[in-house]
Amino acid sequence: MEWLNALVQGTLLGGLYALFAAGLSLIFGVMRLVNIAHGDLIVLAAYLGLSVTTTLGLHPLLALLMVMPAMAAIGYAVQRGVLNQTLGDDLLPPLLVTFGLSVIIQNGLLEVYTADPQKLNAGALETASVAVGGLSLGLLPLLTFGIAVAVIWGLQWTFYHTALGRAFRAVSDNQDIAQLMGLIRHHIFGLAMALALAVTALAGILLGVRTSFDPSIGGGRLIFGFEAVIIGGLGNLWGTLAGGVILGVAQTLGAKIDPGWQVLSGHIAFLLILAVRPNGLFPRISA
Amino acid sequence: MPDPVLSITGLKAHYGDFQALYGIDLSLMQGEVLAIIGANGAGKTTLLRSISGMMHNGPGQITYRNQDIGGMRADQVAKTGIALVPEGRQLFPSLSVEENLIIGGQIGRKGSWNLGSVYKLFPILKERRALPSTSLSGGQQQMAAIGRALMANPELILFDEISLGLAPIIIKDIYDALPGIIGKGMSAVIVEQDISKALSVSASVYCLQEGRVSLKGASDTVSREDISRAYFGIE
Ligand SMILES: Nc1ncnc2c1ncn2[C@@H]1O[C@H](COP(=O)(O)OP(=O)(O)O)[C@@H](O)[C@H]1O
Ligand SMILES: [Mg+2]
Repeated sequence: MEWLNALVQGTLLGGLYALFAAGLSLIFGVMRLVNIAHGDLIVLAAYLGLSVTTTLGLHPLLALLMVMPAMAAIGYAVQRGVLNQTLGDDLLPPLLVTFGLSVIIQNGLLEVYTADPQKLNAGALETASVAVGGLSLGLLPLLTFGIAVAVIWGLQWTFYHTALGRAFRAVSDNQDIAQLMGLIRHHIFGLAMALALAVTALAGILLGVRTSFDPSIGGGRLIFGFEAVIIGGLGNLWGTLAGGVILGVAQTLGAKIDPGWQVLSGHIAFLLILAVRPNGLFPRISA
Repeated sequence: MPDPVLSITGLKAHYGDFQALYGIDLSLMQGEVLAIIGANGAGKTTLLRSISGMMHNGPGQITYRNQDIGGMRADQVAKTGIALVPEGRQLFPSLSVEENLIIGGQIGRKGSWNLGSVYKLFPILKERRALPSTSLSGGQQQMAAIGRALMANPELILFDEISLGLAPIIIKDIYDALPGIIGKGMSAVIVEQDISKALSVSASVYCLQEGRVSLKGASDTVSREDISRAYFGIE
C-alpha cells in the first residue's frame, strides 16, 4: 500500500513536471529554441503571483487571471524584442542569450524580493484531501494533475485544430515558405512564446502553492522540465506528460527508499531511458 | 502601349559575397505568360525568389502595379497578389493536403479560387485531402503546390521548375490544366527546363545565363539556334 501510494503521488507530481515542460516542448517544436531561462520564468511567475496575492488579497488561483496574461505579454515582448534576433542556422546565440536572460531574471528577483524563501498561501486547498480506496490524495496534487492533462490536451487541440496551430506547424516546417503564405514568422514566434509563458504562469503558481521558492530554484525546474520533454520524445506533447509522470514516479519511489535519493533517482531514470531510447519514448521530431 | 504589371530594372541579387544576378531587365504585361529558361545555376530561382520577396533587393529594382516591391518581405509581396509555386514543391510536411491549401488562402484575397474550385481542377487532391502532404506522389504534390498558390487568388503566379522530376504523363496533366489556371486574366512567369514546353505555353521567353539575360524574344519566332547560343553561351 505504501508503494502504491508512492506511485500515485509520483504520478500526480508528474503533472507539475509536465507543466514545467509543456512550454519548453512547445517552443522547441515551433522554433527549435532551447530556452535556458525557462525555469527562471516559472519562478518569475510564482513571484508575480506573490505580488498579486499579497497586494490584492486574492487567492493564488484567482491571481492566475492576472499572472497568465502578464506572462503571455512578457513572452511576446521578449520574443519580438530579443529572441527573434538570435534565431538562425546557428544554435549557439539563442542558448547564450537565454542564459543571459536567466541571470538577469534571477538577479532582478533577488533585487526586488530578496533571497528569502516565499510561499503562496492557498488556504484550505493546501491541506484538503480525498480518500480513494485507502489512499489519501491531496486535492492540490489532484488539481495540478487535472490542469496538466487539460493544458496538454488544449495545446494539442490548438496545434491540430486551429488556424494558430496550423501556422505554428507551417512555420516550424519551413519558415521561408510560411512567410510566402502571408505568415509573419516573427509574429508567430511571439505568439508561441506568449502561449508557452501563459502555461509557465500556471506552472509557477502551482509550484508556489506546493512548495516554498526563492530566486535561485529556476535551474532545478529547468532540468526537470528538460528531462520530462526528452523522456517523452521531442515534439510530442502527450509524450511530455508521460515523461513528467515517469520522472515524478521515479522521484517518489526513490524518496521512498531513502529521502535523499529523490532527485537523484529521477536523474537516473532519465539517463536509463536515454541510454535505451536516445530519442525518448514517443518522438515526433528527430533530433 | 499599356504599362507592364511587373517591371524589373537592373536587378542584382547576392548570396553573401556571391553575386547571382547582374542587372536583369524584364517586363511582363497583364495576362501575359512569360517563360524563363536557362542552364542550372543561371539564376532563375534567384530571380523568382527576388520577385516573391524571399530575397531583398535594392529600391526601384522591382515594380509591381506601380509599387516598389524590391524591399518588401515575402508576406507583404504575397498580399499584393503575387504567388510562387516553389522549386521542389515545398509543401508543409506536418500539414494535411487540405491544410496546405487552406494556409495558401490565409492571406484572404478575394477571387474565384477556393477549396472547391481547386478540387475541381485537381480532383485527386479532394480524394487525398485528409492525408499528410508527404503521402502524395510527386505529381500530386505539384498539384497541391499549384493549388496552394491559387488559393491566394493571385494576379501574378510564378512557377519554378514546374515539371522537374515528374513523369511525362503527369507533366502532360499539369500542362493541360494550365490554361484553366492562367486563362482567367492572371499573368504568369514559368521557369521550365523543357524548352519546347516552355515555348508552347508562353508569349515571350527570356533566357538567363550566369545571372544575365542572354536572350529575349517572342516564343513563336525565336529560333532554336539563338536559344542554344543563349543557353550554353557558345558561338
Ligand atoms: N542559398 C544559396 N547560397 C549561395 N549561393 C546560392 C544559393 N542559392 C543559389 N546559389 C547560387 O546562385 C546561382 C544561381 O542559382 P539559382 O538561382 O538557384 O539557379 P537556377 O534556378 O537557374 O538553377 C548559382 O550559382 C547557385 O550556386
Ligand atoms: Mg532553380
